[in-house]
Amino acid sequence: MKRLPGWADYILIPLLNLSLALGVAALVVLAIGENPLDALRVMIEGAFLYEGAFGYTLYYTTSFIFTGLAVAVAFHARLFNIGGEGQAYLGGLGGLLVCLAFDGWMPSAILIPLAIAGAAAMGAAWAIIPGWLQAHRGSHIVITTIMFNFIGAGLMVALLAGALMRSGQSNPESREIADAARLPAIHDIANALGFDMASTPLNLAFPLALLACVGVWVLIWRTRWGYALRAMGESGSAAVYAGIPVKRMIVTAMAISGALAGLMAINTLLGAQGKVVLNFPSGFGFTGIAVALMGRSHPVGILLAAFLFGALFQGGTELDFEFQTITREMVLVIQGLIILFSGALSLMFVPWVARRIGRA
Amino acid sequence: MSHTPSRPGPAPGPVGSSYATPAIRLTGITKRFGPVIANDAVDLEIAPGTIHGIIGENGAGKSTLVSILYGFYTADSGAIEIEGRPAPILTSADAIAHGIGMVHQHFMLVPTFTVLENIMLGAEGGAMLRGGAAATRAELLRLERDYALEIDPDAVIEELPVGLQQRVEILKALRRGARILILDEPTGVLTPAETDRFFDILRGLREQGVTIVLITHKLREIMEVTDTVSVMRRGRMIGHRTTSETTREELADMMVGRAVSLQVERIATQPGAVAMAVQGLTWHDEGGVARLSDISLDLRAGDILGLAGVSGNGQSELLDLLSGIAPVQEGRLVIGERIVDRSAAMDPAEMRRAGIAHIPEDRHRRALVLPFEARENAVLGYHDGPQTGSGRLLDPTAMQAHCETLMARFDVRPPAPRLPAIGFSGGNQQKLVLAREIETEPRIMLIGQPTRGVDIGGIAFIHAEIMARKAAGCAILLVSVELDEILALADRIAVMNAGRIIGEIPRGEADVTRLGLMMAGVEAAA
Amino acid sequence: MTWLDALLILDSTLRVATPLILCAMAGLVSERAGIVDIGLEGKLLASAFAAAAMAALTGSAWAGLVVAIGVSIILSMIHGFACITHRGEQIISGIAINILASGLTVVVGVALFRQGGQTPSLPREARFPSLDLPGSVSLAELPVFGPFWAELVSGHTLPVYLAVVSVPLVWWLLWRTRFGLRLRAVGEMPAAVDSAGISVPWLRYRALIIAGILCGIAGAFLSTAHGAGFVREMSAGKGYIALAAMIFGKWRPWSVLFACLLFGFLEAGAARIQGTPLPVIGEIPIEVVLILPYVATVVLLAGFFGKATPPAALGTPYQKER
Repeated sequence: MKRLPGWADYILIPLLNLSLALGVAALVVLAIGENPLDALRVMIEGAFLYEGAFGYTLYYTTSFIFTGLAVAVAFHARLFNIGGEGQAYLGGLGGLLVCLAFDGWMPSAILIPLAIAGAAAMGAAWAIIPGWLQAHRGSHIVITTIMFNFIGAGLMVALLAGALMRSGQSNPESREIADAARLPAIHDIANALGFDMASTPLNLAFPLALLACVGVWVLIWRTRWGYALRAMGESGSAAVYAGIPVKRMIVTAMAISGALAGLMAINTLLGAQGKVVLNFPSGFGFTGIAVALMGRSHPVGILLAAFLFGALFQGGTELDFEFQTITREMVLVIQGLIILFSGALSLMFVPWVARRIGRA
Repeated sequence: MSHTPSRPGPAPGPVGSSYATPAIRLTGITKRFGPVIANDAVDLEIAPGTIHGIIGENGAGKSTLVSILYGFYTADSGAIEIEGRPAPILTSADAIAHGIGMVHQHFMLVPTFTVLENIMLGAEGGAMLRGGAAATRAELLRLERDYALEIDPDAVIEELPVGLQQRVEILKALRRGARILILDEPTGVLTPAETDRFFDILRGLREQGVTIVLITHKLREIMEVTDTVSVMRRGRMIGHRTTSETTREELADMMVGRAVSLQVERIATQPGAVAMAVQGLTWHDEGGVARLSDISLDLRAGDILGLAGVSGNGQSELLDLLSGIAPVQEGRLVIGERIVDRSAAMDPAEMRRAGIAHIPEDRHRRALVLPFEARENAVLGYHDGPQTGSGRLLDPTAMQAHCETLMARFDVRPPAPRLPAIGFSGGNQQKLVLAREIETEPRIMLIGQPTRGVDIGGIAFIHAEIMARKAAGCAILLVSVELDEILALADRIAVMNAGRIIGEIPRGEADVTRLGLMMAGVEAAA
Repeated sequence: MTWLDALLILDSTLRVATPLILCAMAGLVSERAGIVDIGLEGKLLASAFAAAAMAALTGSAWAGLVVAIGVSIILSMIHGFACITHRGEQIISGIAINILASGLTVVVGVALFRQGGQTPSLPREARFPSLDLPGSVSLAELPVFGPFWAELVSGHTLPVYLAVVSVPLVWWLLWRTRFGLRLRAVGEMPAAVDSAGISVPWLRYRALIIAGILCGIAGAFLSTAHGAGFVREMSAGKGYIALAAMIFGKWRPWSVLFACLLFGFLEAGAARIQGTPLPVIGEIPIEVVLILPYVATVVLLAGFFGKATPPAALGTPYQKER
């Protein structure tokens, strides 16, 4: 296949795919009988302009960064981890267990890092099993991670409605964790510093997500492990020649991927909600796939794509208020279209663009 | 050796026998894959009811040519005539309609299907299987009677030995009424006994008037079974011969070609201690076929052992074993103090640490990660070493500097460390690989096809570097299908055939004729 | 437990298993042709919505069925366009279809009915009625066989019978017809099919059309036979359980049917034993029973009991060499 210049590959093609997805979404809005431009305006206002809107947008962005990075790390090894949803869910359990055990007495400075580690560890554990089964038993990782999403969901329901259920409650959810375990909200910090800021769920998990972006970038492009991972992903036979231990790499890549997905839970558990509620990952693990595909598995791209999806989700909730006929599920439609065009049909435009560029 | 093959004469053609209409006539067939010309204006004419061989090295363009004939690819230009009539073959269905059948090198059989199902596929004889199955069974009985091709229609393909699987392929073609049968490297998977039986079948088919095109790189087969033969090299048709009027030597010469005479400044060295001893290696592939049988070799410091042989005779498997890519099954390697055998394996990383560098035969699949930048490829296999910097993280500046040094010293063009490997020409890719492997000053080098796809200037440079390593005391195993290369560089020459070492002779006693005979499987005369 | 109790459990097993059987047969046809179909869930959901919406608008369950099949085929064709024509990643395309269906059903549902993504509750006439087979009354008094006929065999809706019939039909199609021979061959070794002069893409597209039809029937069952209208996410992972059942049944129709019935039985049984302590193990949370199909599938895939060998060419787009 013809190679495209970098700018076309990393900017033009993703933009073409995004426009196509948004174009089709606009057709759906038209078909419903509304004006797509109105919908777009409402979403932009809802995502950026209303009081506190931007904070919500960044709050969602935080979750998408973690799940997007999770998918990307595995994808560099050509492993398709679609178990982010379950890994995030179990990550919530890991963080929660740490809090339940220690939040009575432990100071924040130890408790919070420990809870974060707990979330990462449980997320990793939930990904290591499919990784190990892939490496050593040849079980297809896509199928096992799907199955693990359901197994994880079942376990969590059993726990949240059983052993971990808050006493005197009828909803299956955990008790609230102590304040010592909570990540401070950004608006509290801003207010304390004298800036006026509306109350939003945005919390310190956001800077942690940015750190994770840097961390993943370093891991993939600046460590020997990352080098081996990329070599393995691009050419399995060359990796064997180079003496890279392929099986071990599969397991560790999945562990890191799962840990990142598990970290999504800190945004909700330690940040916004302070408890684990039923089905809290609410599909964000799957959104991570769209984020990673759009971001071309690069942390910068993932940051941008996560921000786009953050804005879409926040703007999408505004659709519910403004329109009788369009709901926030429009965002799911856009998400599906983005996965379709920038994932499954990612190569559709390449020959066309190559010809155009070649002629110019 | 007086013969100097050149382009074929103006009239390609009927050699020996006389006949009215050729079964197949190809004129000016050209096929490009990107920048590679797989077939360059190839002409070919084959008499009906004969066995015609097409011989040539791997990559000579034989398979492409017959794939065009069978409609798997379409030629960029050129014409096909079948039995005197123009036959525009665009798909395999067209070829089948013209009475052409093909037995592919890799069988086109569904492994989980029965023989009957495979033979019916594409010729079911109706929308329901029941009627067609009965008709096919009857037809199989007839074919069994006419051609002595026995088969159990209800056997499952994957449970059959390859010889029988091949028979199914032939029956498949005959069931579709093939009058022309193309066989692409049919004996590669067969044991010698199976091969003999297979040739009997071909002769039987010829008796029945079937025209057979046999693609092979084995001289013995050409001499044994064909009536006429064409030789291909680097996408071109080199010449046509009547088998009874030619010799192995002439054909070998036409196949390998007179490369530009290789001028290497030989450096005389005194061979030193044994750096690696290969003792009794035998190796079976996943299908249980023996690819290596009882291989024993010594690699000595300051000495180049050339391993000659037509490709596909076990050289690749041997390199995989010696470099740690494939685990040793029987026999052992002795590397200094270490012994590598079935119970004590060494992976490629350990081999590297033990001072063994490996330049693989397959540059694109093994030696390089094609989408990686040159500076990343320049550390492949050594990414845990100082080449990537001294700190805990990869140091791109160090990698850049490392790559620039290699590129300057080995004259890699363009000297662009950030260009992906896929963007370099074959010769420059190879120089980059060679630079990477030589730069560590290994004690032992395993070198496979160092100049495949490399231009002439590059060849001279690479040869000089290999010679310099020898002078520095490195023990070198040089695997090449280019006899001239072996003769120019090696101090001792071993010849492989069918997974065995046929013999080992000093350079002084070697010439093309003697090596050619050994390559064809004739034992070295003592 | 009486004979009648047993029959009632089997009866609800069959109902629960119906969408599983249809979707698993759809997956089987698609995967036997070499196309991974994790979009079963999306097709099921979208066609459930389409059936209910159409039935609500026209008052005809039959119109609903036709539209459900149509919508499901359209999604299948999107999958085919991405994976066959453009050689895209089959998993990604399947995920896209699932998410698309998840969003579109609500968006279109709200636009059409303004009921928060649900369709109006369907009246009896707009649903598939239970069919009383001949003899369900007259034979009911017979011992053993009578209740068997009346309770288990008779009294289901049309899609249930279609699901039961789909199994022998798929088996017959795949193992007794020319089309089936070619379809199975294309999933194992597309090069052999190509070399026999048969079009690989067209075969695979046809397999996806059949998968679309079967998922469409399953969707119609959910919303216009089993249920009385569409509710959000009403497929609730059944497409994935069907996928698991298809793997568990090792891509063979009768084994897959068995797996679907087993998984259906677990679900039907779980509802019954909820809250009742079992001997030895005590009370098991229903969720634990419900995840058994997934656990079983993982264990099977890991090769711990028997080996599940998928079609050899599954998931790989076909391209001639070079």
